[in-house]
Amino acid sequence: MTRIATAPNDRGTTAGNAVEVRGIVKHYGSTKALDGVDLTVREGTVLGVLGPNGAGKTTLVRVLSTLIKPDAGTAFVGGYDVLRQPKQLRRTIGLTGQYASVDELLSGYENLYLIGRLLDLSSRDAKARAAELLERFSLTEAAKRPAKTYSGGMRRRLDLAASMIGRPRVLYLDEPTTGLDPRTRNEVWDEVQRMVAEGSTVLLTTQYMEEAEQLADELTVIDRGRVIANGGVAELKAKVGGQTLQVRAAHPAELPEMARCLHDRGITSATVSTDTGLLAVPITDDEQLTTVIGVLGNRGFAIVGIDTKVPSLDEVFLAITGKPADTADAAPSLAKEPVA
Amino acid sequence: MTTATIAPARVEDTRIGLAGTFRHVGALTRRNLMRIKADPESMFDAVLMPIIFTVLFVYVFGGAVSGNQDAYKQYMIPGLLGQTGLTLAMAVGTGLNSDFQTGVMDRFRTLPIGRASVLLSKMAAETCRALLSFVILIGFALCIGFEVKTGPLEVVAAVGLSLVFGMSVVWVSMLLGMALRSAQAVQGVAMLVLMPLQFGSSIFAPTNTMPGWLQTFTKVNPLSALADASRSLLNGEGPLAHPVMVVLVWSAACTAIFAPLAVARFRKRT
Ligand SMILES: Nc1ncnc2c1ncn2[C@@H]1O[C@H](COP(=O)(O)OP(=O)(O)O)[C@@H](O)[C@H]1O
Ligand SMILES: [Mg+2]
Repeated sequence: MTRIATAPNDRGTTAGNAVEVRGIVKHYGSTKALDGVDLTVREGTVLGVLGPNGAGKTTLVRVLSTLIKPDAGTAFVGGYDVLRQPKQLRRTIGLTGQYASVDELLSGYENLYLIGRLLDLSSRDAKARAAELLERFSLTEAAKRPAKTYSGGMRRRLDLAASMIGRPRVLYLDEPTTGLDPRTRNEVWDEVQRMVAEGSTVLLTTQYMEEAEQLADELTVIDRGRVIANGGVAELKAKVGGQTLQVRAAHPAELPEMARCLHDRGITSATVSTDTGLLAVPITDDEQLTTVIGVLGNRGFAIVGIDTKVPSLDEVFLAITGKPADTADAAPSLAKEPVA
Repeated sequence: MTTATIAPARVEDTRIGLAGTFRHVGALTRRNLMRIKADPESMFDAVLMPIIFTVLFVYVFGGAVSGNQDAYKQYMIPGLLGQTGLTLAMAVGTGLNSDFQTGVMDRFRTLPIGRASVLLSKMAAETCRALLSFVILIGFALCIGFEVKTGPLEVVAAVGLSLVFGMSVVWVSMLLGMALRSAQAVQGVAMLVLMPLQFGSSIFAPTNTMPGWLQTFTKVNPLSALADASRSLLNGEGPLAHPVMVVLVWSAACTAIFAPLAVARFRKRT
C-alpha cells in the first residue's frame, strides 16, 4: 500500500493534478477579467467552470493555453508552467475555443492534416490521423468540402477533432455547446464523454448548469473574475437543490392529496400549484425520484405529464450568493448565441 | 491502495530546429496556397493587374509620353515588374489581418511551432503569387510586341530583383496587417503608401519634366532605381550596377528594420 499522490514534485505542483491555477489575475484596463482565480483539475477528471457571460471563462482558458499572459499568479498544466515552459505546455494541451478556429476555406480533411503536420506527424501519420478523426466525428462524408459549407454542429465537431490530433493529455473546451441546437448539443456531449472515458483530462466552461451536471465531476463557479464556489457536482447540487420534478395532475383537485401521500413517505418538500396543475418536488438524488413516481403511481393518481427541471444558472447564483448573477445576459437559453 | 502519480513531464528538447521549421513552413505554405485555390477570386489582382496596367498605360498614355507606343512599351513594362511585386507584397498584410480576425491564428498559436513559421509561410505563398504575376506580365507584354533585347538570364535577373524588393516590403505590409484593426484599414493604408511610390517614380514617365521637389523624391524612391535596373536588364542599355546596388541596399535595410519589428509584433500579439 503506497500513497504518493500528494507529494509535490520538482516542478512545484502536486502529482495527480493536471491543472493547477493559483491566484491568476488578468486585468484589461479597469475590467478585472480574472481577479485571483484558484482552481485544480485532477488527472483524468472533468472540471466544469460555470459562469455567466463576462465572468472570465474565456480569459482563463486563454491564459491556460499560453495565448495571453496573466498579470499575476501561477498556472501549471501537466506540470509545465504557462509562463516559463509554453512550448512544452503546448504539446500537452488541446483547445476548442469559444469561436470556431478552423480554416473556413479549407476542407475538413485539409484542416486536420495541416494540424497533424504542425504537430510533427509524418505526412503518412497525419493523413491517417485525419481520416481516423473524421470518421470518429462523423465527418467522413463532408471531408472534402470546404469547412464554410459545414453546419454549426459540424464545425464544432471539426474543431473538437482538430484539438485532438495530438492526443493531448489536457483538453480545454470553451463553451462547447453554446449556440448549438439540442440534438447537436447531445452529439457534442457524447463525444466529450467518450474522450473522458479514454482518459483525457478536461476543463470545460459553460453557462448551463445542465451541461455541467452532464459532463463534469467537479465544478468551479466563477463570477466577475472570482471563484464564488467550488466542489463536487453532487455537493453543489445539494446546495442549490438539484433538479426539480414537476408532475402534472389530470385532476388538479387531487394535488393536495398527492402532496400528503408524499409527506407520509418522508418527502416533505413538495409544493403544489392548483393554478398550473403542477406538483413540484425538489430532487436531490435518483432514489428520491423513484420514490416519488412509485408513490404517486401506486396510489392511482392520474398523471398527464412528468418533467424534470435543472436549476438555471440564475437559480444557482441565487442559491450561492443570495443574489442573481448581475450580467444582463446571465442565463441565456440554449441556441441563442451564434457560435461565430 | 496505490494512487498513481502523473507521469513526470518528459525532459525534451524544446527547440524546434531547422528541419522542424522547414516542415512547419511547408505545411503552412501549402495551406496558404490551398486557400488561393479555394478562393480563386483572390488571384484577380495577381492575374489581371499586370494586364490592365499594361493596356492602360501603353495605349492611353504611351503615345503622349514617348511619341509612339512601341518606345513606351520598352520604357514602361520593365518598370511594371517592380510595381507588380510591390503591390502584391502590400496585399499580404490584409491576409494576415483576416487570419487574426478568425480563430485560426489562435489555433496556430497553441501549437508547438516557431513563431516565425506563420510569417515565413505567408512570404513563401506570396512569392508563388508574385512569380505567376510576373509570368503573366512578361507573357502579355511579349504578345503585344514588347521585345526582350537581352536574353533569358537577364529576364530572370530582373524578375529576381523585383522579387527581392517585394519580399522586403512584405515585412512592412505584415506590420501594418498586425497593427491595424480591420482588413479594410490595412488596404486603405497600403493604398496610401503605394500611390505616391509608384507614380512618384520613373516607372511610368521620365522624371526630367517633373518639378524639382518631385525629382528629389523620385531620385530617392527605390522604385525608380528598380525600374531603371529592370530597364537596363531587359533593354540592354543604360547604367546597371548603380541602380541594382540601390535596390539591394534598400531591400536589405527594409528587411533589417521591419522583419524584426514584424516578428516582435507577432510575438506580442501571442
Ligand atoms: N481583450 C480584451 N480587452 C478588453 N476586455 C476584455 C478582453 N477580453 C476580455 N475582456 C473582458 O473581460 C471580461 C471577461 O471576459 P471573458 O473571459 O470573455 O468572459 P466569458 O468568457 O466568461 O464570457 C469581460 O468583461 C470582457 O469584456
Ligand atoms: Mg467566453
